Amino acid sequence: MPWNPFVTKNSDSFRAILFLLPSWILLLLFIAGPILMTFYFSFTNMSLTGSAAQNIEFIGFRNFVKMFSDPTFQTSVMNTILFLIFSAIIGQQILGFLIAFLMKERAVHFRRIIGVLVLAGWITPEIIVAFIWFAFLSNEGTLNYVLGWVGIAPVAWLFKFPMVSVVVANIWHGTAFSMLVYQAALDDVPKDVEEAAKIDGANGWQRLWRIILPMIRGSVMTNMVLITLQTLGVFTLIYALTGGGPGTQSETLPIFMYDQAFINYQLGYGTAISLVLLVIGIIASLLYVKFLKVEI
Amino acid sequence: MGLYNAKKLVAIIGAVLLVFVTSACGSSEQSAGSGQTLKVIYSKNGTNDPVGKWLKKVEQQFEEQHANVDVNVVPVKGAEGTFTSKKALMLQSEETTPDVITEDTYLINSDAAAGYLAPIEDRVKKWDGWDHFIKKVKQGVTASDGKIYGVPYSTDTRGLWYDVNLFEKAGLPVPWHPKNWQDVLNAAQKIKQSFPDVIPFWMNSGKATGEATTMQTFEMLLYGTNNTLYDEESGKWIVKSPGFLDSLKFIDTIYEKGLGPKLSQVLTGQAGTVEHHLMRKEKIAIALDGNWVPAFWRENGPNPWPEAMETYHFAAMPTQHGQGEGHTSMSGGWALSIPAKSDQKDLAWEFIKLATNKENMMFADISMGNLPARKDVEEAPEYEKALGRAYKKAAQFLKFTHYRPTFEGYTSVSSAIQAAVEAVATDSLEPKAAMNQYAKDVKRAVGADNVVTK
Repeated sequence: MPWNPFVTKNSDSFRAILFLLPSWILLLLFIAGPILMTFYFSFTNMSLTGSAAQNIEFIGFRNFVKMFSDPTFQTSVMNTILFLIFSAIIGQQILGFLIAFLMKERAVHFRRIIGVLVLAGWITPEIIVAFIWFAFLSNEGTLNYVLGWVGIAPVAWLFKFPMVSVVVANIWHGTAFSMLVYQAALDDVPKDVEEAAKIDGANGWQRLWRIILPMIRGSVMTNMVLITLQTLGVFTLIYALTGGGPGTQSETLPIFMYDQAFINYQLGYGTAISLVLLVIGIIASLLYVKFLKVEI
Repeated sequence: MGLYNAKKLVAIIGAVLLVFVTSACGSSEQSAGSGQTLKVIYSKNGTNDPVGKWLKKVEQQFEEQHANVDVNVVPVKGAEGTFTSKKALMLQSEETTPDVITEDTYLINSDAAAGYLAPIEDRVKKWDGWDHFIKKVKQGVTASDGKIYGVPYSTDTRGLWYDVNLFEKAGLPVPWHPKNWQDVLNAAQKIKQSFPDVIPFWMNSGKATGEATTMQTFEMLLYGTNNTLYDEESGKWIVKSPGFLDSLKFIDTIYEKGLGPKLSQVLTGQAGTVEHHLMRKEKIAIALDGNWVPAFWRENGPNPWPEAMETYHFAAMPTQHGQGEGHTSMSGGWALSIPAKSDQKDLAWEFIKLATNKENMMFADISMGNLPARKDVEEAPEYEKALGRAYKKAAQFLKFTHYRPTFEGYTSVSSAIQAAVEAVATDSLEPKAAMNQYAKDVKRAVGADNVVTK
């Protein structure tokens, strides 16, 4: 048999490497590169203007010391965690599941109408979501207008309840994603298993808890990780809705980072904050994997 | 020829063509640009673009005078902060640097320290036009190293807008000349008694209004005391002083006695719009703000109000006890500067001289609604006629105005001031505690060796 370069194993892996090489180079250049740069810059006094813009100095852990002693940082970590728990984990996750669960096995038309309504929030760009909710919650907004009909005095929602406002707006925006994930997952649960449990006398709650949830555990995990990372990065919505205020009441880490980097021009400090945000994302993801006992 | 070879041939021909076409493009570009290109960038915010109109006009004049020069005026759209960061990135490299930039004078110190700007000391000395610029305004373009880094083209002042109708009805004097802070508080108190639904005294009071809170509210108070923000002699930030505490106490009094706006109105980024709308309805008796406020009501403005100037008059902000010159104001402004990395500095300088001559400055200042940086424009009858008495009055405040201590760390200091003002306005901290918090914040931002207590 003559030698054929298209079948030998060695040549195959060589060709595979050859073909993958460009994408590896691109990945290193555009993903790993910036991450490493961020890591380095977070230990410098890099600034957008002032003498530190000209002479970048390595300042060790000074950015981190400064950060951990800054009360605004502590507030924004707390706010970020609250935002994560209420808007992503409790809000989007549970609400998304509930909608998907209740829509299961309903008439197609019903599913479609609800689906479109929920999806409207998802396809709306973040900045427009912010404007919609601003129009709804502001002092002279729709909500106060409607409350006025029943004689309730206007409430300065964005000022009195800034955190609740951004949480609600983000739930409105993001729930559709969880709903879609769970719709797909629930469709994959084999019908016969459920039916068998039904015959064995399991009630609805038992079937949900013992059969459906364990079977879609993988989807729960994936969804959890995705919406966590997404929520950690929410900036536009909060910035446009409350600007992180009043005071620091709705200031989350991305807002704090932006203020330090682009309002106070301290780029090094800003990158240090972004590193903390990255670490929080990693920790949260690892926790989910551990608690949900999913193998990746 | 097999199929494989045919493909190969096509590929080769394609590649050759591509190289040929791209190189041809390159050479044609070069031949067309045998002259010089001068790139001018400026900050454009809002739809009304007076700065752009002025620079375009200068571009035309300049190209007529210099046949082989192609001037390229480029707007950077977005908020001022966006311009600042974009500009900083452009100025970092010879490849991207423009040749002329508009520069907010409060950034001159830090941009000079960053090595972004070229000093123009020697150039202005040889220029007879420089004598026409107002002395106080020249101070705004002089960095802490004593060198000049730009030619100013506009400035502004701040003071008290008061509603003449409300004042007369409440039995307060018109024209109003408050002599000290107590006079201001008394007038506000009287308004409150006469008109319960009117906001007696409006001032920006939170972080959401950013630098406006620092400059228009806090520094307007502080620079009327015997203290300032920065100790020029030692080169340190003053973090605690009696004047600082008194300024916070003034703010505290306004909110404590119900003389200020509702917090939900003033602690948002939209506070300025709210203020203008309320003034339009005569629901604000006194507003501590800048000379540009009437621009909102001008003929082609967002909310035309022809009688605005008959309703609101502009009074000078008094010093705390009427000490010193009796009045105080804060000023900023914009300048044209030459980036350090530009390789066409001589040409850029020619452009700046043309842009800031009397005629062009007159055009610019009238359309911008800002105060002129040139004395001959300020005194010109066309200017006075175009802008009405409020601007003339505002220009008089330049006599006793102050410029911000824009040394390194100013932006962090400014953020800390906003936090302190907001804490006092919302009653979450007493003035003394807010000052201590400020001292701590500034120490953390600029380092403990760069602060001092008075």
